[in-house]
Amino acid sequence: MANILDIRRRIRSVTNTRQITKAMKMVSAAKLRRAQDRALAARPYAQMLTNVLKSLVTRAEVYDPETGEPKHPLLAQRPENRILLIVVTGDKGLAGAFNTNILKAAMRFLESKAGKNLEIEAIGRKGRDFLRRRYKSAQPRSAESQEPASTTIIGEQVGVLGKIEYGLAAELAERVIDRYAKDEIDSVYLVYNEFKSVIAQRLVVERILPIEKIGVTEMAQAQEMTLEDKERAIEAAKGAGVGLRPADTRELDAAAAQFATAQVDYIYEQPPGELFKSLLPKYVSILIFHGLLESVAAEHAARMTAMDAATNNASDMIDSLTLAMNRVRQAKITKEIIEIVSGAAAL
Amino acid sequence: MSDTFQLEIVTPEKMVVKDVAEEAQIPGSNGYLGILPGHAPLITELAVGEITYRNNAITHHLSVAWGFAEVLPDKVTILAETAERPDEIDKRRALEAKQRAEERLKSGSTEVDFTRAQDALQRAETRLQVAEQKT
Repeated sequence: MANILDIRRRIRSVTNTRQITKAMKMVSAAKLRRAQDRALAARPYAQMLTNVLKSLVTRAEVYDPETGEPKHPLLAQRPENRILLIVVTGDKGLAGAFNTNILKAAMRFLESKAGKNLEIEAIGRKGRDFLRRRYKSAQPRSAESQEPASTTIIGEQVGVLGKIEYGLAAELAERVIDRYAKDEIDSVYLVYNEFKSVIAQRLVVERILPIEKIGVTEMAQAQEMTLEDKERAIEAAKGAGVGLRPADTRELDAAAAQFATAQVDYIYEQPPGELFKSLLPKYVSILIFHGLLESVAAEHAARMTAMDAATNNASDMIDSLTLAMNRVRQAKITKEIIEIVSGAAAL
Repeated sequence: MSDTFQLEIVTPEKMVVKDVAEEAQIPGSNGYLGILPGHAPLITELAVGEITYRNNAITHHLSVAWGFAEVLPDKVTILAETAERPDEIDKRRALEAKQRAEERLKSGSTEVDFTRAQDALQRAETRLQVAEQKT
């Protein structure tokens, strides 16, 4: 039978662990709230940009009236032979299945496109480490390259998720657009964890290029949260004081929806076609920026949930250890009494 | 007609300005535009430059790098990639960026780098210029 002292020591150690997981949960909850605010702050810009582009599509003759061919290279559809996949994971672990799930989705996607030339851009340390073990790094493939199709990692961004800046997304978008326009890649996908609220999350593979329809991105894959995950998230959110419902954006959206869509004849300082040309790349940047912001929020939410579960498990463990300890103590006392009584009886 | 208009400046990161203004100057890509209340509806792209607007006789300055503006008689909305008030500008960074751009321009490499360096130089100079202004 275990020693009382040993059990006491274990209880103390589990209590310490519980304190740490509890603190991590509260920190994640605070960070989640901040991440949600940032995602919300990015909304008006994204909405307005989408609006302007939509209204420009009708004015700018984006498509050739005779052939129906798009005039802008970013709208051009080509047979999909060279694909770029941007994988957004977290920099840190201890977030439950967050990183694993994203990487699983990424692997599924890569398998579904097997035989084509696949390039990967990894954002986040966890994803980079995982992918690096499987694929080799390489230079981006040029348009003329005759090499056989392969899967390679062409870029990585590590340690940028702590403070997401628009500049990062813009830079990435610029690179991607440049390569797309040069006919080096045929399509670009983004894998990330979409985050509407703690209980409304989806793991998505979104196609960001070519742009088919403005304001709507095509989902190559989407995976909803399981019920079990939802329940766990609800419990964690309650304990940490995080709202469950998505933030109310109706007012924001309504205001943004009015942008550049008034029923008046605008004076265009530049021809609509030119405006469209300079705005479309910004649309790609904002898609990526949006993905990054949501992914960060989702990571914090996942960590909060995982740490809540860990705290509960530690509490359960302390309970059962305390019970075991009491039992051992009781047994020891009983044994002592028996010894005394039998000793007295022997006299 | 009222003698002010609503002014909103929005960046991908946040709403920078939501204010009323009596007058504004914005850097259109074809040159600066002065806007007074009751301006005809207009849509324009913005270049790198300085936005100034006046509200209750106080003039505010902001530096912007690339943007897009919608002007309506009673409202002006500006979408900008970056918009900074003078006190938000990191002068040292702007100064360093300026020096870097100048060096690159001197070294005279390929054409793409040249336009990039020129853009960077312009951005840095605008930032510095705005930083000198008082809000």
